[in-house]
Amino acid sequence: MQDEPTPTELTKAVADFLRDDIAPTPSGHSAFKLRVAINILDLVTRQLTLEKGSDAAEAARLRQMLGMDSSLIELNGVLSDKIASGEMDLRTPGLAEHLWQTTMDKLAVDQPGYAAYKRELGRGNTGA
Amino acid sequence: MIEAELSRSVRGWYPGATGVASAAKLSGGASQETWSFEIVHPLGNLGAILRRAPKGYGASPTRAAGLAAEARLMQLAYEAGVPSPRVLHVLTPEDDLGTGFIMARVEGETIARKILRDAEFAAARPKLARQLGQIAAGIHGLAREKLPELRRLTATAEIAELAREYRSLNWPKPVFELALRWLAEHDPGPPQRETLVHGDFRHGNLIIGPDGVRAVLDWELAHLGDPMEDLGWICVNSWRFGEIDKPVGGFGSREELFGGYEAAGRKVDADRVTFYEVMGTLRWGVMCGGMMQRFRLGPDHSMERAMIGRRASETEIDLLRLLAPRGN
Repeated sequence: MQDEPTPTELTKAVADFLRDDIAPTPSGHSAFKLRVAINILDLVTRQLTLEKGSDAAEAARLRQMLGMDSSLIELNGVLSDKIASGEMDLRTPGLAEHLWQTTMDKLAVDQPGYAAYKRELGRGNTGA
Repeated sequence: MIEAELSRSVRGWYPGATGVASAAKLSGGASQETWSFEIVHPLGNLGAILRRAPKGYGASPTRAAGLAAEARLMQLAYEAGVPSPRVLHVLTPEDDLGTGFIMARVEGETIARKILRDAEFAAARPKLARQLGQIAAGIHGLAREKLPELRRLTATAEIAELAREYRSLNWPKPVFELALRWLAEHDPGPPQRETLVHGDFRHGNLIIGPDGVRAVLDWELAHLGDPMEDLGWICVNSWRFGEIDKPVGGFGSREELFGGYEAAGRKVDADRVTFYEVMGTLRWGVMCGGMMQRFRLGPDHSMERAMIGRRASETEIDLLRLLAPRGN
């Protein structure tokens, strides 16, 4: 077991430093690059915080829907094949809800400020 | 220095020009560059843009129409009254500048966030969607017999190409699979009338001033196909920049876009537009994945490229909103 602080706390510390102390100074292209860098660290922090829970829930839904157990990427591969072949579609019980929940969890990490995500979040539940 | 070659070139075809000044590279990939410069003339300078493939980069990527075709299309559009930069010169081997063309510089804004937020565009914004409908109709009405050689695309071929590009990324995305399946099931078949399609009709390729659209740029993806593709592409949510209730570029409605298009004498097929909006949304998602590949494999190992890879999920939620909308 590794000691503390956690990776989440460490990346957040760097992001906060860049945002609060460094970002106000440079201008032009380096200011733009710095904003991108801060965005990356913020994304990594969100992923470190949220990924474990959302991955576990996603895998549980996939295991139930597909009736099999495997790694998350392989389960997603099997689901993809079944959608591509037409074996599963939006009429398949649980599929729309699963895709919505999974996508909302991805946006929560990638782009929580995305307007379409905020609109859907405002609907209050992630069921179809 | 590029200024020496440009000076020699402009003296050859621009009467009275004494040379060029202020040459600056605006953008440059490995195979294509854009330069801004001034043509120096005793009666007043003229702002100009060079678009070229440098020497040794003659071949264009498979999707691209090629710079000679781009120049021809821009000139045809200009002559037909479509807002477009005037082409001043098509490069020849004697110019020693590679292949490409020189056009008059059009002043204005291409950055969507400024066009959608800044006060100086406030008066133009409500007019843009209708105006873009008129412009698209003008593009689709360009006489077939005058067009340069262009590749021909059908919805069926585009779906297959998207599927191939997506699968080459080798990362399962069930929402993309759902979209591919939907596209195959809703393939509208060949259009009644095949026309010129701009192919990248959206923010970034439109120069806009306080008076409205001043120029349509970047004909790199022009092809022959279904004209509704251009109307669908400009409605893709990725180009609304947060203004998600204004489907046309974040500034207008489909009704305004369609109204402008039909007022110019051409017919809209709203179902086909929707089909191409779904296809366009998926295309941008696949392109995000492609940019991530370029980050991972080089040559562009930049943070920006890396982060674009994480924008594919934006198109996944947009696709779900289109294909599996939830109730209010």
